[in-house]
Amino acid sequence: MKQVDIAVVGAGPAGLHAALMGAERGLDVLVIDNAGQAGGQLVKQTHKFFGSREQRAGTRGIHIADELTKKLSTYTKARLWLSSTVLSYYPADQTLMIEDDAESIRLIQAQRLIIATGASEKLLPFPGNDLPGVYGAGAVQTLMNVHGVKPGRKVLMVGAGNIGLIVSYQLLQSDVEVVAVVEAAPHIGGYAVHASKIRRMGVPIYTSHSVKAARGEQVLERAVIWQLDEQWNGIDSTQFELPCDVLCLAVGLSPLTELLWQAGCRMVFVPELGGHVPWHNGRGATSVPEVFVAGDAGGVEEASSAMATGALAGLSAVESLGQCPDYAEATGAWSRELDALRAGPAGSKIRKGLQSLQL
Amino acid sequence: MRISEHPILKFRRGHRVRFYFDGQEMKGFEGEPIAAALHAEGVRVLHYSEAGRPRGFFCAIGNCSSCLMMVDSQPNVRTCITPLRAEMDIRTQRGRGVLSGEQSEDRES
Ligand SMILES: Cc1cc2nc3c(=O)[nH]c(=O)nc-3n(C[C@H](O)[C@H](O)[C@H](O)COP(=O)(O)OP(=O)(O)OC[C@H]3O[C@@H](n4cnc5c(N)ncnc54)[C@H](O)[C@@H]3O)c2cc1C
Repeated sequence: MKQVDIAVVGAGPAGLHAALMGAERGLDVLVIDNAGQAGGQLVKQTHKFFGSREQRAGTRGIHIADELTKKLSTYTKARLWLSSTVLSYYPADQTLMIEDDAESIRLIQAQRLIIATGASEKLLPFPGNDLPGVYGAGAVQTLMNVHGVKPGRKVLMVGAGNIGLIVSYQLLQSDVEVVAVVEAAPHIGGYAVHASKIRRMGVPIYTSHSVKAARGEQVLERAVIWQLDEQWNGIDSTQFELPCDVLCLAVGLSPLTELLWQAGCRMVFVPELGGHVPWHNGRGATSVPEVFVAGDAGGVEEASSAMATGALAGLSAVESLGQCPDYAEATGAWSRELDALRAGPAGSKIRKGLQSLQL
Repeated sequence: MRISEHPILKFRRGHRVRFYFDGQEMKGFEGEPIAAALHAEGVRVLHYSEAGRPRGFFCAIGNCSSCLMMVDSQPNVRTCITPLRAEMDIRTQRGRGVLSGEQSEDRES
């Protein structure tokens, strides 16, 4: 069986940064991702980044992904396996089972494992939510920005956080009509600049509104919308129908944690972090000494913080192998960066989540 | 339903190839996910649940099982992350699908 020092699952911003930390310190690193191209969520981010001040604000996500992949490829001991899915992890002998797109199965034994699998879209419960035409926001972005295929003709966006607003704008850029944005909360969650941009382009934003049902024979044809009262219950008399062939859910993400459960990590339910997350020490260490977590898999945040938590997890893994002489300096720098990212009112939710994780 | 012009993006596309959807000839770009090629051809229903409900594209990251189809006689292919190849025979899947050679045997429940 093939052996590596560090295996990283997921080649998003977190996994790529974690891998770089190991590669830069001369270790054998294997990164595995089930997509055909590295970068994770970054490959569909056509907008200039918000958030991080000094780091990457102003750069488009798609370019960050290219840059990181190129950097990793300069290390001969670092390998990247694409179109390969990690099916399972066997903690007893620290073995990963990996299936590639030719369906062959390979086993890899890793001294250290870093899980950077990201997150998946949350679903909303309403009748018809399984109809073809109801998509997660990430899927709409993938179709449109990676593959150049329009998701449909008329889109109803559900959720006015940054993702809902940005994807609405990207749809308009691709010449797809956005019939409305509905948001259950009484206020728009995303940045005001994004909201006014799409309003100026003629898209109404209904706050305190949600989807009552999706209707259609074989595929989505229309959505029933209603207003919510203060207790978030729908008000029947306010319902109306909007014709649409795409209903795009942008109502949050939850961490992809199957491999962490399999590894036997202690899991904690923290709503502010997106659901079940592994307990971790803030530098990627979980309750299982060989297993580390990075990025959205450890709590849903954003790309800039995924890079920082990725770097921290990578450094911790290298340190645990006794190969990280510069551990204190390197982690210090990334921790300061992470604190800066989480400062201020925008970071309050994640700060609260990380606090309850430690209780 | 392809995007031909985009203010920011240029799409790197593979060769244009022929494939079949439920026996009908279609065209797509080699290497793009099967589900994207079908979508561009206007196909929205990829799968029917055990209860007969239509299912389409949903997560695009190989995670949700909504896009499972029969590809070259093999069931349960995650078409949102499986690259399109020339001459592929792609079929709508009903329920859990049947492995070739398994038709006559009893399936476990
Ligand atoms: C619409 C949208 C807009 C955004 N805009 C911004 C922004 O402007 N600024 C910002 O900072 N952030 C933004 N984000 C958030 C940011 O993209 C994510 O927080 C970040 O990508 C998380 O990084 P990650 O490495 O943890 O996970 P991901 O980027 O999700 O990468 C995880 C990777 O792991 C792979 N994987 C999962 N399971 C397996 C497995 N079992 N085997 C193999 N591979 C597997 C996945 O395919 C994926 O490639 C946005 C997100 C979205 C959806």
